[in-house]
Amino acid sequence: MIEVNDIKKSFGAQQVLKGITTTFNSGQCNMVIGKSGAGKTVFMNCLVGLVTPENGTINLDNRNIVPMSLKEKSVLRKEMGMLFQKNALFDSMTIEENVKFPLDMFTNMTIAEKNERVNFCLQRVNLVNANRKFPSEISGGMMKRVALARAMVLNPKYLFCDEPNSGLDPQTAIVIDELIQEITREYNITTVINTHDMNSVIGIGDKIIYFYEGEKNWEGSNKEVLHTSNEKLNDFIFASEFLKEIRKLKV
Amino acid sequence: MIFVDSLTGFGRYMSMLGSLFSKPEKVSMYWRETMRQMYDIGVGSFWIIAIVGIFIGGVTAVQFSNKLMTFGFVPMWWMGSMTRDSMILELAPTISALLLAGKIGSNIATELGTMRISEQIDAMDIMGVNTHSFLLGPKIVGAVLIVPTLIITAMLLGTAGGALAGVLGDYYSIEEYKYGLQDDFQPQYVKLMFIKSIVFPFLITSISCYKGFYVKGGSLELGKASTEAVVVSSIAVVIANFIIAFLFL
Repeated sequence: MIEVNDIKKSFGAQQVLKGITTTFNSGQCNMVIGKSGAGKTVFMNCLVGLVTPENGTINLDNRNIVPMSLKEKSVLRKEMGMLFQKNALFDSMTIEENVKFPLDMFTNMTIAEKNERVNFCLQRVNLVNANRKFPSEISGGMMKRVALARAMVLNPKYLFCDEPNSGLDPQTAIVIDELIQEITREYNITTVINTHDMNSVIGIGDKIIYFYEGEKNWEGSNKEVLHTSNEKLNDFIFASEFLKEIRKLKV
Repeated sequence: MIFVDSLTGFGRYMSMLGSLFSKPEKVSMYWRETMRQMYDIGVGSFWIIAIVGIFIGGVTAVQFSNKLMTFGFVPMWWMGSMTRDSMILELAPTISALLLAGKIGSNIATELGTMRISEQIDAMDIMGVNTHSFLLGPKIVGAVLIVPTLIITAMLLGTAGGALAGVLGDYYSIEEYKYGLQDDFQPQYVKLMFIKSIVFPFLITSISCYKGFYVKGGSLELGKASTEAVVVSSIAVVIANFIIAFLFL
């Protein structure tokens, strides 16, 4: 579980996060949505300890990451997996080496054990016969799967996904969403996802937080998000005239 | 403003160097990465260093021989000693270092810059890897270990190139050249070459790592960082060359 309490962050004169308080439960997909520039990425960077907020606490199972030293954060980060918007796969390594990298770096497993774990993770994300390929040789959807396999290889307690569906077609995006949801439930991971993709939000969002200009403007579930009376959130979800018409018809 | 920026940059560079000295997460991974860097730098740069070494030695011998012949009173065996000292003291270490600044300097800055821009470094940070130590340390250590071999190769081939050019141009015989090579040999010149061959690769790789690791922005900034890596490390090499000569000769 991740408990965020009153975090604030500014860059120069601009306050990007204005006192965010929320809780993310384990075994759930927690979605953070909001317009570009609303503070979602800074918020996620605070959660993983890449950015230190000026105020507030972020407790990962009662361990506050905010005052931690770099060394302490390094230890805690071994319990984290992260899926990046641009995948962040290592170009010089094959798919297998990419997934194996955290095992090589942090475990004393034998080569056979590492290979077994890598193959298990790649099979878990439905990726077979691609072990020897390089990231430049596979599709965007496959890259996301590799990144997901790498993020889960050390059995993380926390999974952070920054726009996991960006650049994917709707069907592949649904496959990735379902994989994230399955893995989250199967291993009881606390998953936090930054996204703009409303299909994802409605499909797998156990908890949804809407950011507006650095503030938490709304919080609820995917069952509630389509029926809210929050005007700002409705403007965000039903952004186009077409969607506004559909909403009117539905109402 | 430029002064403050330079001072800030220098402070960050020193801080980067300080952060290299931390306990590795796994020694075997660091060792493997250092070996890979040594192979890439050593084997990857061998031919260019060898070719340039031979021709630099050759051209030095030809140009000086022409000059000496116009004087008439200087014995031609002297060319052996002149080419040897030029190669040991200046041409092998400095020309090789400037070539390497162009080749491995831009390579390192581009590799690290691309990793930064495509979030690969952030991915390692999130995994708990000490990215300073793991990404920069093996490059610097690998270069410091392998570049002296390249410089010795350039020195030997340059000296051989001097012999070949002189004999082919009929300026002197191989016996004269060999006699010159053995005349008035100064061991401290070799010591100086070794000092340079450790200091230069350290400067080239650490500056290039700094430029690539801290790049911000996109492809435009990446290109700029790569160019700056080559320019700044080349300038650092020539300044260090002067300081070393001033202190040790």
